[in-house]
Amino acid sequence: MSLVTAQSLSKTYRAGHVDVQALKGVNFDIEPGAFVAFVGPSGSGKTTLLNMIGGLDKPSAGTLTVLDTDIGGLDRAAAADFRGANLGFIFQDFNLIPVLTAAENIEYPLLMVQDWPADRRRARVAELLEAVGMSEQADKRPDQLSGGQKQRVAVARALATHPKLVLADEPTANLDHDTAYRILELMKRMREEFGTTFIFSTHDPKIMGEAEVTFTLEDGRLSDKGGAHV
Amino acid sequence: MFKVTGLAARNLARYWRRTLLTAGLVVLGVVAVLVFISVAGSFKSLIVGQITDSMLGHIQIHRRGYVASIDNLPLNLNMSPGQVAKVEQALAANKNVEAFSPRIKFGAMFSNFTETTSIRLNGVMPSREAATVPLLPKRLIAGSAADGLVQRGKILVPRILAHGMKLKVGDTVVLVATNLDGSVNGKTFVIQGVLDDVTGPGGRDGYVNIEDARELLRMNKPEVSEIAVRLKDPHHIDQTRAALQKALAGVRNPKGEPALEVHTWERLTPFSNIAHMIDLLDVFIRVMLVGIVLIAVMNVMMMAVYERIREIGMVAAIGTPPRRILSLFLTEGLLLGLIGVAVGTALSLAVVWALNVWPVHFAFARQVFTLAPSLPLINITVIGVIVLAVAALASLQPAWKAARMDPIRALRHT
Repeated sequence: MSLVTAQSLSKTYRAGHVDVQALKGVNFDIEPGAFVAFVGPSGSGKTTLLNMIGGLDKPSAGTLTVLDTDIGGLDRAAAADFRGANLGFIFQDFNLIPVLTAAENIEYPLLMVQDWPADRRRARVAELLEAVGMSEQADKRPDQLSGGQKQRVAVARALATHPKLVLADEPTANLDHDTAYRILELMKRMREEFGTTFIFSTHDPKIMGEAEVTFTLEDGRLSDKGGAHV
Repeated sequence: MFKVTGLAARNLARYWRRTLLTAGLVVLGVVAVLVFISVAGSFKSLIVGQITDSMLGHIQIHRRGYVASIDNLPLNLNMSPGQVAKVEQALAANKNVEAFSPRIKFGAMFSNFTETTSIRLNGVMPSREAATVPLLPKRLIAGSAADGLVQRGKILVPRILAHGMKLKVGDTVVLVATNLDGSVNGKTFVIQGVLDDVTGPGGRDGYVNIEDARELLRMNKPEVSEIAVRLKDPHHIDQTRAALQKALAGVRNPKGEPALEVHTWERLTPFSNIAHMIDLLDVFIRVMLVGIVLIAVMNVMMMAVYERIREIGMVAAIGTPPRRILSLFLTEGLLLGLIGVAVGTALSLAVVWALNVWPVHFAFARQVFTLAPSLPLINITVIGVIVLAVAALASLQPAWKAARMDPIRALRHT
């Protein structure tokens, strides 16, 4: 059974007086536990697609089912609850909260989204810090971390609530090549360790080779589905 | 591990200069209000205490129409013995009445055998007058009240008169008064004491024994001009006045109208207008505080939301419920208010303490008063609640905006 299914998925934006079709009738299935990349040049519709899978945006036409839920049919509050319960997010700019330490950034969704008790939060944060190799930097704030370290913390934060699916929009775009590979390795390892499905977007041809499944987007259309590259 | 409050505090510390400036404004407002309330309250209590405890009492009862003609001290508007008895009965039955003193008020010519002037006089029962206006004996700047406030055949004269006519304790003077029937009578008195002048009606009156007053005025019946009343709890003055008015409603004049009037001190002295003005200023300065807190906190919270749009986008994207985002920003605003209240109250208490250690003296209507300000807990609580409520109100709009923010647009914000 598919984790994510899109059928004839379209998205049209209004930009000023012009309608812009970001996605044009896209169809795909993603299996649980997959390590998937959406690739394509800037403006091809990758971010739009990830936003819709994440319930941040609604399709203009077609259906999008995530974890057996018609994600486009959820209202604002229900979509927030769905994200909090099932999804993790990794951002291109890391988006760590600057006043919190690495450990506290990882703890944030456990407290603010899922309201875990303190002892469980403490144990989960320690587990994730260990898993992403950031135990030594637990008490450092984002401005004391390198780009790679920040993204490690962001990966740990995305995994904190045991999400079934992690969405990562250009997670390596702000990192150098070596660090980018290490982050992808980490994501893969986390997938192995926690059984989480990862979907990420990239425009970097070297990075896309790290995915097991790649979907190529061009001008809002899915032009190619690649097989396992691992 | 962190809590929402801790996160809010850290967010405030993120822009510490701005937080300091805003909190400083709130502190300034709180200090201004609390110190004003304290000093103005002290000033008001001093003057009101002086007026009620040395002259007027808290309440006065007169025959109907007497107060309207009080400047003439009309003898034909005195209360009859029957009316006095009913008033005394009503006063004895009221639990908030501590003491009361019947008075005969009249005008007379005052002579030291070489000079003559006019004087306003009170004929009083010494022990009851001292119990009703306990500060009156303390106004003696010469002479003594040790053997009774004013003995038979003696007079207490106001300082202004004693000074002007070069009189001293033990000197003999003559009082000449016009009686109710228009005839004139005179009587010699020995000066028992000199009273310091005080602000307000009756502040420069003389005092004689009520029996001497009746003798001088050739009163056949024991009439009185007014009955001054001292209350156990002056805070319940309006209720007590209403209760007495009700109890005396049955005393009617020949026209069938109520024969007696009950007035609080506020009706009898122009200082009540100043007291009301102080109350008005108190309200005004509280409104200013509300304005300061509202503008300062709202400004800083709007900036906080604007500067953290991407962060808000991130927390919304990962599924933080809108109510949590709302509570985070509300907590930040409340913390600003709390800092302002805590520091402002501490500073205000320090200022009030300093004003008690190094007292401020001020002159008011030829008298010198010493301020003794205090800050009752109720005032601190009320101001604290006002500031926190306004801080919450000021944070509400920015917090609501943050909670309703579209995550995609927020994440795209640069």
